[in-house]
Amino acid sequence: MASETSDLAQSVVSKCVGPDGGAIGMPQLCVEWFGNQIFWLAITLVIIFFVLSRIALPRIAAILAERQGTITNDIAAAEDLKARAVEAEEAYQKALVDARADAQAIITETKAEIKSDLDAAMAKADAQISARAAEGEKAIAEIRVNALESVTAVAKDTAKEIVSAMGGKADAKTVTAAVTARMKG
Amino acid sequence: MATDIQGAEKALELKFYPLDQFMVEPLFGDGPVGLFTVTNVTLWMALAVLATIGLLVLGTSGRATIPSRMQSVAELAYGFIRKMVEDVAGKDALPYFPYIFTLFIFILFSNFLGLIPGAFTTTSHIAVTAVLAMMVFLTVTVMGFVNNGAAFVGMFWVSSAPLALRPVLAVIEVISYFVRPVSHSIRLAGNMMAGHAVVKVFASFAPMILISTGIGILVTPMSIIAITAIYALEVLVSFIQAYVFTILTCVYLKDALSPHH
Repeated sequence: MASETSDLAQSVVSKCVGPDGGAIGMPQLCVEWFGNQIFWLAITLVIIFFVLSRIALPRIAAILAERQGTITNDIAAAEDLKARAVEAEEAYQKALVDARADAQAIITETKAEIKSDLDAAMAKADAQISARAAEGEKAIAEIRVNALESVTAVAKDTAKEIVSAMGGKADAKTVTAAVTARMKG
Repeated sequence: MATDIQGAEKALELKFYPLDQFMVEPLFGDGPVGLFTVTNVTLWMALAVLATIGLLVLGTSGRATIPSRMQSVAELAYGFIRKMVEDVAGKDALPYFPYIFTLFIFILFSNFLGLIPGAFTTTSHIAVTAVLAMMVFLTVTVMGFVNNGAAFVGMFWVSSAPLALRPVLAVIEVISYFVRPVSHSIRLAGNMMAGHAVVKVFASFAPMILISTGIGILVTPMSIIAITAIYALEVLVSFIQAYVFTILTCVYLKDALSPHH
């Protein structure tokens, strides 16, 4: 074995390597290098296979599954929040409608109240006005009666005085009748 | 003086060794390459393992719900291959997902690491890709018989074809079935090797300006532009070949799970 190695080393390093260190023919077809390559390839593939199947692939699968889970959860949470937002909006709209109705009711009520107050005040004022008007009329009538009486009295007095001044003797009854007749005319 | 220049010119000859980059060399010393020798194959495969661990283990160590960039890439790769397995091979193929992901990530990182200047591309070797393809072939064949028993052979008997044609088609189907691992492995190794060799050939033209200014002023920029263009193409090819290898694995696996097509 040892002599074989030294023999090879003595003549040429290999059948595939020329004396100048270059390749003889295609290095791919050099059979004496096959074993070495296949040996190291086998080791490499076994290492890669175990690294992948034991560590890398399960880990990546776990990461992807976890991410999928996170995404699903997040979407569910987002949908939940969206539903709540819709609910809140509905509640808000309902409150708005309610408030509008309330406001309408209050407006109607207030209007009615004001109207009734107004009507009462108007009625009161009307009553007062008519009372005052009646009072006024009464006063005017009184004044008219008084004035008529005064005029009659004055006219009688004046007529008596004129008659007596003119030397006549007027009896009161005649004068009064005359004046009364005159005043009627 | 004149001899100096002559000597310099002689040293600056263009050298075309586009295949030397594929040589398997011991990492320590100059001895022969034995079965267990630590070689550049070991180094670049180890780097692929480290890159895998870096992306898929360290990158995801945060286990963040909102991923970091690395974690994002790891998740993207996971989702990409998982969806491919599900879509192409069906839900029954999901137990094989770690196995398919192993193939994909190893080929992907080997291809991309091979693009580093001066790197050794492990997937450009037929020995490597043949083992990968044979693994797939044996898995599919064994699982095909385990899942379907002798009915798996029915895959070669195209019952939808006219009866007279069926024996002929059966021969063709059998041949194509056994050619699968060959095309599967050569496609990947060939693509990787060809691209790297072409880059190397163009790179060999780049020092032309040091030899002859007249020709070099044209050839050197052109070769550099060509290297850049081919390199861009190779980045694409690196991904596409990893993708193609994986999707073909899924297609073959579908045969093992439901052989009627």
